[in-house]
Amino acid sequence: MYSIEVKNIDKSYQKVQALKDISLNVNKGEIFGLIGPDGAGKTTLFRILTTLLLKDSGSATVEGFDVEKDYKAIRKIIGYMPGRFSLYQDLSVEENLKFFATVFDTTVEDNYELIRDIYVQIEPFRKRRAGQLSGGMKQKLALCCALIHQPKVLFLDEPTTGVDPVSRHEFWEMLKKLKTKGITILVSTPYMDEAALCDRIALIQRGRIMRIDTLENIVSAFTGHLYAVRSNDMSRLNFDLKEFEGITSAYIFGEFIHADVKNCPDGNKLLSYLEARDHKDIKIFPVHPSIEDCFMELMNKEENK
Amino acid sequence: MNENIIITEDLTKKFGSFTACDKISFSVKKGEIFGFLGANGAGKTTAIRMLCGLLLPTSGKASIGGYDIYKDTEKIKLNIGYMSQKFSLYEDLTVKENIEFYAGIYRLSTKEIKERSKLLISELGLERSADSLIRSLPLGWRQKLAFSVAVIHSPKIVFLDEPTGGVDPVTRRQFWDLIYKAADDGISVLVTTHYMDEAEYCGRISMMVDGKIAAMGTPAELKSSYNVGSMYEVFLHLARGKNE
Repeated sequence: MYSIEVKNIDKSYQKVQALKDISLNVNKGEIFGLIGPDGAGKTTLFRILTTLLLKDSGSATVEGFDVEKDYKAIRKIIGYMPGRFSLYQDLSVEENLKFFATVFDTTVEDNYELIRDIYVQIEPFRKRRAGQLSGGMKQKLALCCALIHQPKVLFLDEPTTGVDPVSRHEFWEMLKKLKTKGITILVSTPYMDEAALCDRIALIQRGRIMRIDTLENIVSAFTGHLYAVRSNDMSRLNFDLKEFEGITSAYIFGEFIHADVKNCPDGNKLLSYLEARDHKDIKIFPVHPSIEDCFMELMNKEENK
Repeated sequence: MNENIIITEDLTKKFGSFTACDKISFSVKKGEIFGFLGANGAGKTTAIRMLCGLLLPTSGKASIGGYDIYKDTEKIKLNIGYMSQKFSLYEDLTVKENIEFYAGIYRLSTKEIKERSKLLISELGLERSADSLIRSLPLGWRQKLAFSVAVIHSPKIVFLDEPTGGVDPVTRRQFWDLIYKAADDGISVLVTTHYMDEAEYCGRISMMVDGKIAAMGTPAELKSSYNVGSMYEVFLHLARGKNE
């Protein structure tokens, strides 16, 4: 049995179709990433799975329970961290934690083991009101509150949005530890580099899932031939690359441009083309596609459908 | 192009016993893209609020486009643009209404408002959506429009606070094309971001740690001075170096 099973879900808000024929399965104990930009439909799917919103059609189960018929059973076994901070701002850190434990008919002491690693980091501030915490600490407290009743499935909706890259990395370290305790984690993020930290990912855009697989398989399914290119004049390079015969796309990636070219097995043809256009200090080498390269290729394919 | 649009000298802001900005000194030239990086809580937002004339410093000096941040805050507000991911446009106004509203706030004349609004709508290819509510526009479009509105009055400098958070990778890159165009037109840009590839697109970068500017330079200079290959590693080194 899958931990989460979603079959052909549609959801519209008046004229806007937020989810179009979404299907996915999440294995028990898996970290599954829902990756896509704002407005892709991630939060809508989370709200359906956490029994807070009704779908228009299709079916979904969490740990075998139907999201509509068995909503009460689901609410007992899941932890949910919404995208917007939603703890009680005027309760202290420890009051919030106690409150959530009580709501789920349990105690902080009974479940302390599960949250200890995370809670010790905010314990020095346990008397402080939640509203007075820094962003990183709020995030840790919210995670503790979502975990305090030992859920089987954890839903984390954009837990790292607006968080600096180093703190984001630390947050993912915490998730990896939770995974070892057998908790299934469905996590959404607009930061594509976080795909590397998930067991499997779904790439989602405009309410549609473009691909579900491991990062490795998604990267190896990339159909283009990528070169990283740079020269002394990057903005002209971007323009010139787009005029190169056989170019599919050229996107800037940090200090290089990733150029997807056909019929150019060793890059020499591209080099002489750029030299003829008076570029200096040219560097060209083949490069493995990143998750963003793959996402953009899939986006372009969807648009041309 | 050597005119400095931002000059700060030992700029400091204390909240009670907490020093959010601790003697920061830097300058931004005309048409320069300046990356303002740092961990959450390092003091970036406090610094930006002072530079926008919204918060009085505790001590130190700064001028924005020649205006003093203690005395000339109202003049500063008319000569800067500001855009953030969290708040940019009014969702229940149309595209055209938003443009006219902001242009009015920046005190453009009725004639200028008409001309620039028409130009902007055609540049962004939004003719068909001019009378649609902002909330019906895809996020990527909103962000591009929000940026264009923030520079509609040709300010000396535009402040961008995480302008690309949450947008798709293609739009994110198109957004940087707009930033480059503004810089080419002589507008200075001060930008914060949590995407480390975007740090590479800046002419120079400052890295704030615990209220201080811990490092400043071009991306290449920073990488070579810490002997690392990526801006993420520079960030890691500075933001967490003290714990190592």
